[in-house]
Amino acid sequence: MAPALDPQDFNWLCTFLRTESALVIDESKEYLVTTRLHPVLKEFGIATLTDLIGRLRQRPLGKVHQRVIEAMTTNETSFFRDVHPFDTLRDEILPELARKRGAAPLNIWCAAASTGQEPYTIAMVLREKFPDVAARTKILCTDINQTVLERTKNGIYSQLEVNRGLPAPLLLKYFDRKGSEWQVKPELSRMIETRILNLAAPWVGIPPMDIVFIRNVLIYFDVETRRSIVGRIRKNMAMDGFLFVGGAETLLNIDNDLTRATAGRSTLYRRAA
Amino acid sequence: MHALIVDDSRAIRSVIARMLRQAGWTVSEAGHGQEALEVLASLDDAPDIALVDWNMPVMDGYALLQALRSNPGYEQMQIMMVTTETEIERMQQALAAGANEYLMKPFTQEALAEKLGILGLDLAA
Repeated sequence: MAPALDPQDFNWLCTFLRTESALVIDESKEYLVTTRLHPVLKEFGIATLTDLIGRLRQRPLGKVHQRVIEAMTTNETSFFRDVHPFDTLRDEILPELARKRGAAPLNIWCAAASTGQEPYTIAMVLREKFPDVAARTKILCTDINQTVLERTKNGIYSQLEVNRGLPAPLLLKYFDRKGSEWQVKPELSRMIETRILNLAAPWVGIPPMDIVFIRNVLIYFDVETRRSIVGRIRKNMAMDGFLFVGGAETLLNIDNDLTRATAGRSTLYRRAA
Repeated sequence: MHALIVDDSRAIRSVIARMLRQAGWTVSEAGHGQEALEVLASLDDAPDIALVDWNMPVMDGYALLQALRSNPGYEQMQIMMVTTETEIERMQQALAAGANEYLMKPFTQEALAEKLGILGLDLAA
């Protein structure tokens, strides 16, 4: 177990993460810091967390800074995480949008795609139930973390990862065995596009999105940053588009131009009429 | 909910059983396929699910799967293979023989819970 961080170092690290990635960490998350930064110590041959903070205090920003931000912004995930959003997507959202869009392409955005389980889950739902729509769908995967985004792009998962939430028939249908790992088949990976993006900073060049997933991410930002991110996402959505947030999240008092839609047990929002 | 855990490893049975009992499930156990059939014969109602290892002495998990799927009395019981067999061919073989799910060892508690969720057996319910 890693020793606790000196309070001054911990505070400095919180400020650093907030400044560089708008990530909000409080004292209750100190365990998260020690667990997440341990692999970084090993990777760079740094003895203690105090030494690591010393390296981070040095400028200019380099590989160590980037890896620390990546380590702190990587979220544990699984295929079909929380299940309900994907039921809603399959049973309500996709039928409606498929009808409205006709032969036009569909744009889906996983705004914090992490290691790719969410976008590939969406891709599987599309391939299973709406193969025609899948053929003209692009799923944009963005994340601040280059390493996880690279994993999304490669679509290679360990046995422990494919054990998580993925029904066996879909594993057999959409993955190839690659040594001890499993690789997503091209019919899914060609639907995916990756791009490094810091949600807390302005972005350009993202097309109007029909569906946006930003689940369990906003909780890491302060209220002002949440308002800014959600407002910019809304402006980047089609007028009849949908926004999925995490089951325990709400946009109440965050963005009044988005209204909560009732759909099964999912938490999703539409642009106000 | 009621689960039958069939595994020749007492340790594995104990880990799974503890997790299910914590969620309020009833658990029955067997150390191999033949014993599983005997346990099932002694029960008034079939369990909701059987969690079945593949490689076991006396009667292996695949033979047990075939025996259960050829008995209409157990057609409502879901069967999940929980095994170190991780080859695609094995997985295909098990699903073709009527297994509802397949969990590869080693696995985490979250993975087991998620696989049960896929089968509509929500641990948190």
